[in-house]
Amino acid sequence: MAEVSRLAIARAMFVKDVRVEIRSRVVAHQILPFAALVMVLFAFALDATNVLTRVAPGLIWLAVLFSMIIIVQRTFAVEATDGALEALQAAGVDPVPVYWGKWAALVTQLLVLELLLIVTAIVLYGIEVRAGGIVLLVTTAISATCGLAAVGTIYGGLAAGVSGRETLLPLLVLPVASPVLIGATRAVEAALGTGGTAIAEGWPWLGLLSVFAVAFGVGGSFAFGPLIED
Amino acid sequence: MTTISPQRAEISSLPRGTGTRATRIIGIATIVMIAWLALFGLVLSPADRDQGDSVRIMYVHVPSVWLAYLAFIVTAVCSAIHLFGKRHSLGVDRIAGASAEIGVVFMAVTLATGMLWGRITWGVYWQWDARLTTTALLFVSYIGYLAVRGLDGTQQQRARRSAVIGLLVVLEIPLVHWSVRLWRSLHQEATVLGTDLDVSLDGLMLFSLFVGVIAFTLLFLWLVLHRSRTLTMIDLVGDRELDRAVIARRAEGGIDHA
Amino acid sequence: MRDAGFIFGSYLITLGAIGAFAWRTIRVGRRLADEVAEEDKPWR
Repeated sequence: MAEVSRLAIARAMFVKDVRVEIRSRVVAHQILPFAALVMVLFAFALDATNVLTRVAPGLIWLAVLFSMIIIVQRTFAVEATDGALEALQAAGVDPVPVYWGKWAALVTQLLVLELLLIVTAIVLYGIEVRAGGIVLLVTTAISATCGLAAVGTIYGGLAAGVSGRETLLPLLVLPVASPVLIGATRAVEAALGTGGTAIAEGWPWLGLLSVFAVAFGVGGSFAFGPLIED
Repeated sequence: MTTISPQRAEISSLPRGTGTRATRIIGIATIVMIAWLALFGLVLSPADRDQGDSVRIMYVHVPSVWLAYLAFIVTAVCSAIHLFGKRHSLGVDRIAGASAEIGVVFMAVTLATGMLWGRITWGVYWQWDARLTTTALLFVSYIGYLAVRGLDGTQQQRARRSAVIGLLVVLEIPLVHWSVRLWRSLHQEATVLGTDLDVSLDGLMLFSLFVGVIAFTLLFLWLVLHRSRTLTMIDLVGDRELDRAVIARRAEGGIDHA
Repeated sequence: MRDAGFIFGSYLITLGAIGAFAWRTIRVGRRLADEVAEEDKPWR
């Protein structure tokens, strides 16, 4: 067999994951509605509109975190049922591009999810996106998503396979992802001007989110192989 | 009979179970040191000028933090040795596991005693301070680490997986600490946390703390020796049961084919 | 002593946790040691 380039493997993995999603529509038909429902439930729990506008950025990212856990469980469950990761391992495929392919697919799905959640927050919670904050909002969403997807893909690899591991995923992912929750929430608050925060206050958080994404991106590249190796 | 009796006698004179002469000595030293710690911490050392008697909690709190972090450093180092070492030693992995268990126990103790101290000093059990929050998340992360150790699989799989998780936690800690510090610096605080640990320690107080740290370091040594030996035996017994199951299955198969 | 309950409580928690963990470790170790052959115990 000819040596397949790493980029080709990553791309194939990405295309496969996206195609699985387009055909099955689990994210579109189940996880997006779930996330929107969570936003509605937050409104029930935190009655009073002014509270909701104040905490909307945090609620958006909480909904993203919870939905991400479900998406990750789902993508790796698909791999596990066919023993696909083991087959790749047996075929001697480099795990690093597999990691990045799955990472890219997760990033794509999460960005769609975040767009929906922001629209939901505008409609339901009455938040307003100011023109000057759009750059910060978009860069925050992208860097936070890169970090979250890196973490999600690492631990998803571990959770793939043997039953009983699914319940472990939130316990492993949520503590690690907490800096993203803190950082992304503060940055979005700055972008939206929640509670009178200035846009400039958001940039240090963006730094944190970028360092997080790079750290766990690199960490994931090394960790993914040993974790899925069974 | 008589030829092997000296050896036998030597074995039976040893402590039972996971004990050896060394652990027995360490154990006795630990008990003595902890008794000293209680004596110095509760009776002999004076009350602090600012904190009053609540400073006495520090003599158990600080050594437990020290022990918990020491345990996690040992886990991280052992994880790295297992993963990057040529032998991928299972012995090192068991030390990592034993150490993490100890770390989780003492992290819980740390959080509990810290909360009691906080209630006296700050009037509240919890502050969203970077050190506290990082410690709490570290605690949860290592519970996750222990859960990963409990997953199905061979001992080599367990060792490799948990070593990776152990190193990822190390990556997580500075990021968590940084994020919480940045977050809290936006708010007031400082006024409350100004009284933190910046007590001027006089001789006897410093000595009590020192006794505590020595006592808990010995305690860690004692616990990690016993616990890692126990983990070795758990693995051995597990292997034996697996072998027995395989033999039983083969026997069944043989009957079926016959 | 002010706040004596909190102070003694914290010592009790610490020593109690140490005692419970040490006791459990020893007990499990002894139980297993009876099942495992002497030559499988490298510390012997």
